[in-house]
Amino acid sequence: MYDAPASEQKVNQQTTKISARKVQVYYGDTHAIKDVDVDIEDRTVTAFIGPSGCGKSTFLRCLNRMNDTIDVARIEGDILLDGEDIYDKKVDPVQLRAKVGMVFQKPNPFPKSIYDNIAYGPRIHGLAKNKADLDEIVEKSLRRGAIWNEVKDRLHAPGTGLSGGQQQRLCIARAIATEPEVLLMDEPCSALDPIATGQVEELIDELRESYSVVIVTHSMQQAARVSQKTAFFHLGNLVEYGETGQIFTNPVDPRTESYITGRIG
Amino acid sequence: MTDATSTPGSATPRAHKATSLLTVDERTRRRNASEGRFKTYGIVAIAIALFFLVVLVVAILRSGLPAFTATVADVEITITQEEFDAAEGELFKTKAYEQLFIGKLQRQLSENGMQVEFDAAAIERIMGKVGGDIREFYRANPAQLGEPVSFQLSASSRVDGYFKGRVTREALQDSRFLQLSDLDLVDALEEAGIIRQSFNWTFIQGADSGVDNPGGAGIGASVVGSFFMMLVVLFLSLPIGVAASIYLEEFAPQNRWTDMIEVNISNLAAVPSIVFGILGLAVFIQFMHLPQSAPLVGGLVLTLMTLPTIIISTRASLKAVPPSIRDAALGVGASKMQAVFHHVLPLAMPGILTGTIIGLAQALGETAPLLLIGMVGFVARGYPDGIVSGFVDPNSAMPAQIYTWAARADAAFYEKAWGGIIILLLFLMTMNFIAIVLRRRFERRW
Repeated sequence: MYDAPASEQKVNQQTTKISARKVQVYYGDTHAIKDVDVDIEDRTVTAFIGPSGCGKSTFLRCLNRMNDTIDVARIEGDILLDGEDIYDKKVDPVQLRAKVGMVFQKPNPFPKSIYDNIAYGPRIHGLAKNKADLDEIVEKSLRRGAIWNEVKDRLHAPGTGLSGGQQQRLCIARAIATEPEVLLMDEPCSALDPIATGQVEELIDELRESYSVVIVTHSMQQAARVSQKTAFFHLGNLVEYGETGQIFTNPVDPRTESYITGRIG
Repeated sequence: MTDATSTPGSATPRAHKATSLLTVDERTRRRNASEGRFKTYGIVAIAIALFFLVVLVVAILRSGLPAFTATVADVEITITQEEFDAAEGELFKTKAYEQLFIGKLQRQLSENGMQVEFDAAAIERIMGKVGGDIREFYRANPAQLGEPVSFQLSASSRVDGYFKGRVTREALQDSRFLQLSDLDLVDALEEAGIIRQSFNWTFIQGADSGVDNPGGAGIGASVVGSFFMMLVVLFLSLPIGVAASIYLEEFAPQNRWTDMIEVNISNLAAVPSIVFGILGLAVFIQFMHLPQSAPLVGGLVLTLMTLPTIIISTRASLKAVPPSIRDAALGVGASKMQAVFHHVLPLAMPGILTGTIIGLAQALGETAPLLLIGMVGFVARGYPDGIVSGFVDPNSAMPAQIYTWAARADAAFYEKAWGGIIILLLFLMTMNFIAIVLRRRFERRW
């Protein structure tokens, strides 16, 4: 069912990057996330799996406060990034989002040139002192996004003119251009074909060297391929969280087993 | 949970009638017929609309184009120093000049082999009081005495009407304005090449004239009035409207207050313009004591009227920007304002510009509120002296000028009203063209 079990690869460090305690999310009257406790490790790919509507994307969006943009969403509990409460009144979500980057389900490049897509984040955060600096950041990000060779000759062509897979890698490059510490990915491959998916997955594995990556996915094979830790969500609850290998081969909770074997979902 | 077992008992197979695809069944035929009927309705509706459009354009051009030509008399005369001195010595000086003019005109005609009898009164009926014009010219330019000078005199409105077919010999009744015998003289003058039709620059450049002088009426001054008014409308309603819509669309919380504001903005867009006019009269003129009939006040009133249009169209185009763009900007750590100004606003620009220009075009054609604040046609008596006086001096605007002309008794003004409509439509078409060009330029795909 899954080829190279990523869980058997060496996990570089075991420090906790994000820790969530008793997180509750309400959308109006709906209780979307119930009592979620989770520790996300640094330099690790953590996958969130579960059936549609189970709250995995909602929880992901809590981690960089993207839910703030939804008027009716209400969040309770603590989410700590390096020991600091990200929902503290003193925290500016803009600063948080520079540290916790995000890649979305549908590739959403800005309708600007490829160069400007990457340069936008560094520009607004003042990461480059001059044009040469910025050029360097753009090249480095595109290289790490594994798309440099395809676009280096047309940096000033519109980013929207790329293929779907290229657009998504462009969005990943854009997310890492601001030097985040955590990268959140909300079903980054759901709009891509298998070849583009393969490229993005390879990229995710490389990104693990320097980032903590959290990925929401519908594909259990993908979770098994790219992640070291897996969390299974069901109906707003975090049912089971552990090493990917253990979740897929020897789940503790019967609901996890039913989902993985295809009996629910 | 997937439960794939079928419900027992419901497994009776449906009996299928043997049908051929080559024969159209009753149901399909009826459906095709109704589709065909609907298409016909659409084509008929479009044809009717086009027919009325053509009727409108033809009517406007037929009635309005004559306003762009004027009947003028070109008379070249030479007045010597002695004649000038003699005329200045007379008691009725302009009368003396008129006699001089008539004598010289008569000689010119007889040189061309034409014998027409006419008196001073006939000349006055055809060309107005020419003596005054001639005297004024020579008093201002004494150096021209003894040289041949060509005078261009505008013909009276009845003679103008005779050339344009508005006044006919059959329908003409002798009056102090024009007599049947005068038309013989007019025909003779036309044959001699003295009276002719020429392009009416006065209509384009001039200001409004008195009720008895349709020939001197022009729309130029009220075009300037409209221009200053549109400046006020553009520079007030665009920033206010866009700022209000950005706040309402991107920042404002969704609650009872914002709901109420939203409903009221939509309602304001449907308020009759005359209501804004009387509001402007009460607030801007009677309460704030801003100058009456000023394009500034007209602009303020039209701003009130245009704001809802701009806000509604701007909000619609902001709403049309895909939310994924906002997410993308927020995701790389842009603040809400950066997301709006760097990404959302540029994408919404074509829609905003189109809405603004439609709002401006609507304001440009608005008459009723202007009448209430005193921007009626007859105040447009000249061009403003400068930028400031362009805003605060009494002036009219194109539609109000047209309205004033249409209400005047002299039939020649009716023609001016149609001509004014042509000018107004030209401006509107230009604005729409600009809107299309801007739209093309700013449009970006995502």
